[in-house]
Order: sequence, then structure tokens, then C-alpha cells
Amino acid sequence: MGIKKDSKLRRPSCGEAGANLLSGIGVNAAYSAVDLDASGEGPGEYPFTRGIHRDMYRGRTWTMRQFAGFGSARDTNRRFHYLLAQGQQGLSTAFDMPTLMGYDPDSPRSLGEVGREGVSVATIDDLELLFEGIDLGAVTTSMTVNCTAPILLAMYVALADRRGIPRARLGGTLQNDMLKEFIAQKEWISPPAPSMRLVTDVIEFCSNELPRWNPVSISGYHIREAGATAVQELAFTLADGIGYVQAAVDRGLDPEVFGPRLSFFFNVHNDFLQEIAKIRAARRMWASIMRDRFGARSDRACLMRTHAQTSGVSLTAQQPLNNVARVALQAMAAVLAGVQSLHTNSLDETLALPSEEAVTVALRTQQIIAEETGVAATVDPFGGSYAMEAMTDAMESEANAIIERIDQAGGILAAVEAGYPQQEIAESAWKFQKAMEQGEYVTVGVNAYSEEPAGSPVETLSLDSEVEKSQVERVIATRASRDASRAASALAELGQAARSDRNMMPPMVEAVDACCSIGEISDIFRREFGVYNDPAWT
Amino acid sequence: MAKPGLDGHDRGAKIIARALRDGGFEVIYTGLHQTPEMIAETAVQEDVDGIGLSILSGAHMTLFPQLLKELEKRGAGEVVVFGGGIVPDSDIEELKKMGIKAVFTPGESTENIVKWVRANVADAA
Repeated sequence: MGIKKDSKLRRPSCGEAGANLLSGIGVNAAYSAVDLDASGEGPGEYPFTRGIHRDMYRGRTWTMRQFAGFGSARDTNRRFHYLLAQGQQGLSTAFDMPTLMGYDPDSPRSLGEVGREGVSVATIDDLELLFEGIDLGAVTTSMTVNCTAPILLAMYVALADRRGIPRARLGGTLQNDMLKEFIAQKEWISPPAPSMRLVTDVIEFCSNELPRWNPVSISGYHIREAGATAVQELAFTLADGIGYVQAAVDRGLDPEVFGPRLSFFFNVHNDFLQEIAKIRAARRMWASIMRDRFGARSDRACLMRTHAQTSGVSLTAQQPLNNVARVALQAMAAVLAGVQSLHTNSLDETLALPSEEAVTVALRTQQIIAEETGVAATVDPFGGSYAMEAMTDAMESEANAIIERIDQAGGILAAVEAGYPQQEIAESAWKFQKAMEQGEYVTVGVNAYSEEPAGSPVETLSLDSEVEKSQVERVIATRASRDASRAASALAELGQAARSDRNMMPPMVEAVDACCSIGEISDIFRREFGVYNDPAWT
Repeated sequence: MAKPGLDGHDRGAKIIARALRDGGFEVIYTGLHQTPEMIAETAVQEDVDGIGLSILSGAHMTLFPQLLKELEKRGAGEVVVFGGGIVPDSDIEELKKMGIKAVFTPGESTENIVKWVRANVADAA
């Protein structure tokens, strides 16, 4: 087995201050007092550049929240119990593609996809199994779902109602970020405008009924994974946030009430310092957006709480054990940036869905940072560093320039409809690919220090192919055994709500409680709001 | 270039489409959320020489053979089908036995893919 160092590899010369490929900001070789804007801001103070708590992790460590879900509800329920037993504090649910896209397991569109990338949930019967033995009033649950988010939230609420748990005790987060779906992840049912209406329905419902629930997790993660630079991730994410707040304000909601429940989700990629700078800049920018644009008065409405996840695209199929090091460094950056919760990726993710062993190593990585490295004892340790403060400022001004362009284009909805962020991201992805292939960007084990063979020495998870068959049988059985007239009238009622300007959530809760399925409810969205087709910008 | 199934991760598909276009090929990108039937239909209508499928959802063992079947049904069995995505090695062998000509996995360079297409798909421009 030979190790080769690619000879055509070019390294940026030291001291070069060119625009950085991954981050989008220029980087100097050294920074000094002239680069420092000494604001004297402390942690826990507006505009929260240095973090949202005065004592940060001394008060409470971040939530270690590993995203999990595969196969049947019973399989994932077992993984949930395992993760809770390993010391994880919050649950995070990955759904399969049919659940995410609004198709039942027995739809022809679901063939081959049931239970594959996440857990299959077609009706409340599946959700009941998924959370068996888990106290919904005690855990917090994150549900990564977007165009069918209102349906999954309705199921969670209906399940809690059945178990006699007061809605006010339910804590969790719904991703429910449709703008970034059109921008980056591309899971949608209906066009952008009605999709925004549903997001706003959820925000309104939560501010009335679920005071501990985060109705939308405004996500840069997928924008970054699709190829954006750090600056673009920051700008498009905050622009999405502005879009949701504006929609809620237009609905007559008070930013003081829903503002504190908005949460964010950022990517933590390879550029260690710039990633920390990005999250510091994000907090500062959001605080000013809430106060200056939307007139929020309290600190609670202005402070940005954020989840973070290490970067999936930065991991390599070649020499996969190296991914443990990448994840650890990225996770360290997230912690130094003061995030509220964190998912660490598994080393085998570019090969298959993560195995239990790989998931455990990923969780242990966070525990090592929290328990062994000592970094959690000091809030924003980079605060005041010439380099960090200058990079934070650069992130802010570059991202603000993009947000201004979006404002001028008529706001984020119009920009998304015109394909502006989509095309900007595709352009960055292309530039990165070329730089990587020309050796301007080094990925260890891929275009430098590569080995033959680079094959997969790790055991990966293989899935039971019986899941699809049993999920098809389950949904057919549920449809056959439910109160047919109650289900039919609940669906009719939901269709009426869609045509009116009523909030769709209350009839949605009734519909899922009447065992109407994801596919049936999504069909109402398709019928009433239309279907969005990919404009296929390349 | 086609994205079958429900998965929306189109970064790879778009990059390959662009690289092939730069390499002198005429490329038709189907857009997202296509069924194998829709892809076969487009392939016949556009009279393509090859189809590249991008799948990151794990549904490759269902969607690849379905596309082959749909092409066969339309008398277009000679179209070269290849693909890319997160596909375990053991599945790649099986897919090749079924008639998928090549499967590219994460880390592959666009240069190699363009070279492969030039060598294996007829009528390169």
C-alpha cells in the first residue's frame, strides 16, 4: 500500500489574502489591533456576538442531539431508547423520503424508498410506536421535516392529547423551513407562496398552543451542503428568517411572542476560524434584524439560539476513519462558537446510513469535548482576538451585502421564485469542484495523501428489506380499521380550511387523530395549492 | 442526466451535467423527483445515447432496474445507463450484473466521469 502526495498540488501561498473558497471571506496572515473593533461587549449581552448566555456552558452544557431514524417505527424507537441510555438528552427524528414528500408507503412513488433514509410514518399509529415508552412531556423532540411538517406536528400533538399530556408541556423543534427547501434541499409539494402560508400557520398555532415548541428551525445547513460558501449560508439563512418573521408580522403576530421561539440551524464546515466567525456574526446580525427591522424590544426576542451539525459533504469515502478527526474539529468549532445543540456526523455517512458503532463514536466525540477538553468552562474564548473579531466583521458585511440585494429584489420569496439563491449556490458548488480537481483545495485522502486501495474498511449498516412490505400492510390496515366517516369528514373540513384563510392546524390535528394518512393530507395540499415542479436550473 | 425518486440532493447531478456540457456533450437534465417511467419517456423522446442517474437516497436497487425495464419496454434497451451516488460496493457489483454500465461514488472526479462517458457512450459531440 503506497501513500502518494499529489505533485500537481498547489497550495495558496502563506499571507495571501484572496477570497477563501469555502468561507467567502478573505483571510490575512496576521491580524492586529487595527483590525479590532473593541466594542467591549460581554457574553449574554445584546447583540449577542459572544453568545446568548453570560455563563454559557457553565450553566448548562449544549444538547447533544444525534439525528436518527431508519426502517420501521419500532426499529427507530429502539435506537431512541439506546441513544437516551447512552446519555443523549434530546431526540432527533429522521423520516424516510415518502414521509418527507407526502406519500404513503403503498404509493407507487414510494417504491424502494420506504424506511430507507429515515423512519416511515404514515399515520398516527406509526408515531405511537415511534414514541412508545418515551415521555413526551419530559424529552424534547426535534423533527426534521418540512413540506409535511404541519402533518407531523399535528400527529405529535394528537398523540400527546391521547396520552393526556398538556400541550403546554410539549418541547421540541420542527424544521418546517420551506424557503431553504426551494433554495437547497428540494423537498416540496406545493409552490413557494402556499408553502409559506403553511409555515406561518404552524408559527401561529405554536404561539397560541405550544409555548415550548420551536415552530421553525431556520436552516443554513442544507444551503451549505448544496455548495454555498459560509457567507452565502449566513446571508440566505438570515434572509429566510426575515421572510418568516415578516409573514408572521403580516399575520398580526407579535415578534415579542413568537420571536423567542425561532431557532436556527447552521453547518460547521472545515474552515475552523471562519465557521466560528460565521456563527458569531449570525447572532449579531439577527439581534439587529429583530430589533431594528421588526421592533422587538426584549433580549429574548432578539437572541439567536442555534443548533449546529458538522458538515456531511466534508467527509470522504476514502480513508473513512479520517472522518473522525474532521468531525471532532468541526464539533470543536461549533462549541467554541457557543451553539445550543449539536449533531456530530458519523464516520461512515458517505458510504451508507450510519452503523450503531459509528453513531456512538460521533456522540463520544461531543462527550470528550464537553468532559475532557475543558473548553466548555470559558465563554467565547476567541472574543477579542484580532483575527476572530475581524473575520466576524467580514462575515457580517459580506452577508449584509447579499441580504440588501435580496431586499432590493422584493424579498426572499421573490428571490427564490426567480431562482437567485439556487443559481448562486450551484455556481459556488461548481467553483469548489473545479478547485478540488485542480488541486487548489486539498482534501486529505482524496487529492492528496491518497492510498490504494481506498475502499471501505468499515462495517456499514444494511437494512431489512421487509420494512417496505410491512409498512404497506400497516397503512392499509389502519385505513381499513378507522372510523371511515370521521376520517372523510375530517379531510373535507381540512380542504375547506385550505380554501379559507383559517389556520389549518386545528383541522389537521383532528384529521390525523382520525387516522388520516400523510398521503391523504398531502393530496389535499396538491389539490388545493397545486404541485411545484423543479425549474431544473443548472 | 436524471434524478429518479424522491431525493432532492441535486448538487452532484448539476455538477456532472455542467462538466459533461463543458466536455462537449449535449446534456438534458430532467429536474427532480422523476419516476423511472418519466425518465425512460424523456430518453426516448430526446433520443439520448446515455442516461446518468444520480441517487443519494439508498433506493438505487429499486430504481435502477426499473429504469432498465422501462427502457426495454420502449425498445430503447441499447441506451447506456450509468449512475452515481451513495452506493455500497456490494450493490455496485449487482447493478453491473443487471446491466448498469458504471456507478461512480463520492470523491470521483468529473474529469474521469467525462472521460468514461466519452469512451462508453456513442455519438459524443
